[in-house]
Amino acid sequence: MGETMDITNGKGLALRAEGVCKHYGKRVVVDVDRVEIAAGETLALLGPSGAGKTTLLAILGLLEKPDAGQVYLDGKPVSVRDRAARRQMAAAFQSPYLFKGTVADNVAYGLKLRKVPAGLRREAVSEALERVDLAGWESRSALTLSGGEAQRVALARALVLKPRVLLLDEPLSSLDPLIKGRLTQDFARIIREESMTTIYVTHDQNEAMAVGDTMVILRDGRAVAQGHVDDVMGLPPDEWTAYFLGSEPPLEGTVVTSKEGLVGVDVGGLVVHVTGESEMGARVRIGVRPEDVVLFEGDVAIPRSTARNQFAGAVATVERWGVMYHVVLDIEGVRIASRVSLASVREMGLEPGIPVQVVFKASAVRMRQIGLA
Amino acid sequence: MQVFVEAVFTAFTLLVQGSPELWNVIYVTFQVAVASTLAGVALGAPMGFMMGATRFRGRRTMIALTNTGMAVPPVVIGLVVMMFLSRRGPLGFLGLLYSVDAMSIAQTLISTPIIAGLTAAAVSSVPFKLRLQARSLGASRLQEALLALKEARLGVLAAVAAGFGAVVRGVGAVMMVGGNIEGQTRVLTTAIVQEARKGDFGLALALGLILMLITFTMNGFLTWYQHSNERFERG
Repeated sequence: MGETMDITNGKGLALRAEGVCKHYGKRVVVDVDRVEIAAGETLALLGPSGAGKTTLLAILGLLEKPDAGQVYLDGKPVSVRDRAARRQMAAAFQSPYLFKGTVADNVAYGLKLRKVPAGLRREAVSEALERVDLAGWESRSALTLSGGEAQRVALARALVLKPRVLLLDEPLSSLDPLIKGRLTQDFARIIREESMTTIYVTHDQNEAMAVGDTMVILRDGRAVAQGHVDDVMGLPPDEWTAYFLGSEPPLEGTVVTSKEGLVGVDVGGLVVHVTGESEMGARVRIGVRPEDVVLFEGDVAIPRSTARNQFAGAVATVERWGVMYHVVLDIEGVRIASRVSLASVREMGLEPGIPVQVVFKASAVRMRQIGLA
Repeated sequence: MQVFVEAVFTAFTLLVQGSPELWNVIYVTFQVAVASTLAGVALGAPMGFMMGATRFRGRRTMIALTNTGMAVPPVVIGLVVMMFLSRRGPLGFLGLLYSVDAMSIAQTLISTPIIAGLTAAAVSSVPFKLRLQARSLGASRLQEALLALKEARLGVLAAVAAGFGAVVRGVGAVMMVGGNIEGQTRVLTTAIVQEARKGDFGLALALGLILMLITFTMNGFLTWYQHSNERFERG
């Protein structure tokens, strides 16, 4: 990544990795220049399956030794051998991987390894179970729990250790949507309340947005994007990342007007307004999330609004993505995506070639300078 | 058919009455079997864990050797141990040949690859991420290994039972290095060979029944344990 951003909000870095590499045989699984997580914040590691997310998590969590590179905890270099550092972290994985025995046995495992006396252990276990809404489940057999319950136990097993760094590897991806939706909110709340430094691996961008403060997107072991969640989601650095995040590739243009916090960017003849400051003539990359783009039929009068960007264009493609439709629009050769509901698609008769009006706010557009004129 | 009827009759009489020689044979059998099974576990379980759960240079060779070891005829193992322990052999000075210790050593060489091989298979079925999970909760390498063995305990127990079974029913190796000396190194299997040769089918059959009783009890215990575990896992 060319740009370096301060992601710490002045709270200091908890965990940092530099130049970490891992090969399995000849295959490069992870090759990342730099990853950092501010104390108390959550880093979402996002990427498709096989992108090296779990391996990077294992390296950051001192569970696997990288072939090259160094991990730092609070600025001090640490390694897999560093038991004291390792014991400041705890993980929960995609499958809960509960051990044979009772729920209490499982939650108490890490405490036992730390030689916490039995009395304190019992207290901590029941407190942790309460934390994940499983109060009183101590004596149940761990192997008879449902997926959601097991996942909660796995979280309690990590939380009970009060780790400085919490590692969560797709903790919800094996659950059905109903429980997943609820647990995403629960996990986000618990992580926030505990204010633990958390690394959250997921391939689901919604989950990443719900829990993450910052994010790293991995592709074939390399970090293709990193930064604050809103920045990365709003302005993906390249085409692949954009498609992966469900938007169109960023647009490149030149700043042609700039006054009072409003910038006009010329993108192939189309002037897009963006909230922000920039020098005249600067080359910039801009992007807007499909959720922020509203469509109107080609011939209706658009209600007065604060939306600065209003263009006439035509529908290029219409695809169903889950409950919503992903509609790509062509505005004089510039492609912008919009997220539209089934009702709107029907009502407006959206199909390729149909003329539409495209509206989005200047504040919904993200901009990044990539060079001077 | 007469021979069977007589033999069964004798066998039951002997079993009911018992005799000092009979008790001694059973005692020596257990002594050798338990010692060589314990030694087999001590050597084979760590080897099995290494082969089943870790990656290291020479692992494939070790697995191949273990599999070969599981198939080496006991007589050959007996022969090699005998050569080592014989007076002209490299370990002859220990004076162990034709002793219970010699039999235990030979039987350990038989039980170890069996326990190692089956432990490796059992442990390799424990997901790597489960160990990673333990590691992430602060487990040391040893604690991680113990957890993996505990998770695979049914398989590990079956490995131990297989090792015990192999040494308790083996005859070739103990015959070679023990010498079947009455009152000292005679075990159930060698005694059966001896009595059958003498034509004393009744005694031989009685010994055979005892041997079968031991293995049945062993397997019965294992099945019961497996069963109770499954019940627990189903809740």
